[in-house]
Amino acid sequence: MSLDVDERTDSGSRRPSGADRAQYGVCAFLALLGVLVIVDATGIAHTTSSTDPIGPRTVPVLLGVLLLVIAVVYIVDVARGGRAEPEAGEDVDLTNPIDWRTVLLLIGAFVVNAVLIEPLGWVISGALLFWGTAFALGNRHYLRNLAIAVALSLITFYAFAIGLGVNLPAGVLQGIL
Amino acid sequence: MDNLNHLLEGFAHVVTPMNLLLALIGVTIGTAVGVLPGIGPAMTVALLLPVTYGMEPTQAFIMFAGIFYGGMYGGSTTSILLNTPGESSSVVTAIEGNKMAKAGRAAQALATAAIGSFVAGTIGTLLLVLVAPLVVDFAVGLGAPDYFAIMLLSFIAVTAVLGSSRIRGFASLLVGLVIGIVGIDSVSGQQRLTFGVPQLADGIDVVVVAVGIFAVGEALWVAAHLRRKPAGVIPVGVPWMGREDWKRSWKPWLRGTAFGFPFGAMPAGGAEIPTFLSYATEKKLTKHPEQFGKGAIEGVAGPEAANNASAAGTLVPMLAIGLPTNATAAVMLAAFQSYGIQPGPLLFERESGLVWALIASLFIGNLLLLLLNLPLAPAWARLLRIPRPYLYAGIVFFASMGAYAVNAQPLDLFLLLTLGLIGFGMRRFGLPVLPLIVGVILGPRAELQGRRSLQLSGGELSGLLGGPVSYVIYAVIVLVLAWPLVRRYIVRPLVEQRA
Repeated sequence: MSLDVDERTDSGSRRPSGADRAQYGVCAFLALLGVLVIVDATGIAHTTSSTDPIGPRTVPVLLGVLLLVIAVVYIVDVARGGRAEPEAGEDVDLTNPIDWRTVLLLIGAFVVNAVLIEPLGWVISGALLFWGTAFALGNRHYLRNLAIAVALSLITFYAFAIGLGVNLPAGVLQGIL
Repeated sequence: MDNLNHLLEGFAHVVTPMNLLLALIGVTIGTAVGVLPGIGPAMTVALLLPVTYGMEPTQAFIMFAGIFYGGMYGGSTTSILLNTPGESSSVVTAIEGNKMAKAGRAAQALATAAIGSFVAGTIGTLLLVLVAPLVVDFAVGLGAPDYFAIMLLSFIAVTAVLGSSRIRGFASLLVGLVIGIVGIDSVSGQQRLTFGVPQLADGIDVVVVAVGIFAVGEALWVAAHLRRKPAGVIPVGVPWMGREDWKRSWKPWLRGTAFGFPFGAMPAGGAEIPTFLSYATEKKLTKHPEQFGKGAIEGVAGPEAANNASAAGTLVPMLAIGLPTNATAAVMLAAFQSYGIQPGPLLFERESGLVWALIASLFIGNLLLLLLNLPLAPAWARLLRIPRPYLYAGIVFFASMGAYAVNAQPLDLFLLLTLGLIGFGMRRFGLPVLPLIVGVILGPRAELQGRRSLQLSGGELSGLLGGPVSYVIYAVIVLVLAWPLVRRYIVRPLVEQRA
């Protein structure tokens, strides 16, 4: 049960030494979200009545404006050298740069499950999800992981879908399970 | 003693073999999941929500009570044996607790944490029984403008008081509020931010938001920075305490409880401040100051009690006003809402049986935890060795299952991923998570109360100023917002003058 550490050669450590410029991306995200909310709000029929004098548009417009304001304030803060510490944790080692390969593999496993859950059913897609995530995180015991993944998805299917009545699709295995 | 009768009825409700079994399962799962590194109490409750979808509300909440305290207790085990606490409330426990464990006193550290949690949890729940009805009596008389002001205060408090950067806190809050308005506006029936997607008309389920931000966000964040060699776990036997340990622990337990409960019950109290206060107090009062920093038992006993008492305290505003003050309470509130139950002053009237069964099971869960955790500590310690790929694969697996199970639609899985990516970005850029969750949960209700107040005044903004309660709250909000200026131009000059 060891973690394989091979093939983890990231292109040097590019820790920004001074200002954390990637933060401007957050400002852009907030500003875009603000514009989106305002544009969407202008498309809402402005229905005010005596029981609802302010209507459904006011709050989204207010939030959109506030988002634009906070984006500007954020830009000023970043420009003046403001930064916040990334979150630490039990299994988080912040001395390394972000390992995008692992993150993208994990997202891939996630999307596979989201696409396949209805056609193939939870037992198959969930097993793929578990196996794929363990693979993404560097575990290379393929067969053992497959056994664990299938066992887990079968147990959860029987316990939750059949036992507790939770909504989980049977998919192609309908009638077999 | 009307409440006492209600509570006794609650106990009568819970003490059936089936319900006791559910409480036991809740406590066990809660502790097991809470012990797992990287999973705090809020994520524990969020991940386990789907387990209860098929149950009756009362049974579900009996289990939740166990999960709630179990998740809390599990976190302290992690911080004592691993020294890298997942949630900020356990940071203080780790300071002395891990030193004790390294010095071969892990058994005593776990014992004082377990018994201290039991003492604090029991006293805290008792205080909840006494205080909550008083808060309800107060809250029943409040009108829409007062509620609007209280929610505004809670927004300001979680963003401006907690966390290091106000700008980042407000950014997080605004994103949460935007997520909250997705769906059909409850007053006018107009669709907002649905982009013509029919599944979005009902809004984004709070469970999907919580699981996405906490669980998927955390898994992605860990994937980006996975510690290739997990921190060493200190082996431990069955927890026990000697006579001397008891003598040194009981006072810190009580003092910690006294710090924890009031802070937990305040809109921006949380568990961090009381645990730090308790630690500082014990350091000052101890007869063994030389041991502090090297593993003093008082430094575990006090903060652990404060942490648990604060958890009980958060239930007061959560149940009586419908106001979540920390992430765990926010997820509990989401659990209520997923059953179509709205916490608040009317809860004690309409769902009296449910509330008192919940409170009774908090007492029972606490007792079960004590009985369970002392002998099972070595087993929990073994959970800390779980290979990280399996741990996070399991988190993603259960998160996906839970999010899908809410509405049985694959779209929720894509929403979950999107929210997970937002959670990832927030961790990367140091944006606090709590304001977002509080914004999602309270945003729609704040809008409703605000619009209701303006309806009474015919659209005049003066309608937001309801009565004395809202005046006081707005004054507090102004003070909180102006505090940095006050400190800079009034407090600091005064201090300097004196110096």
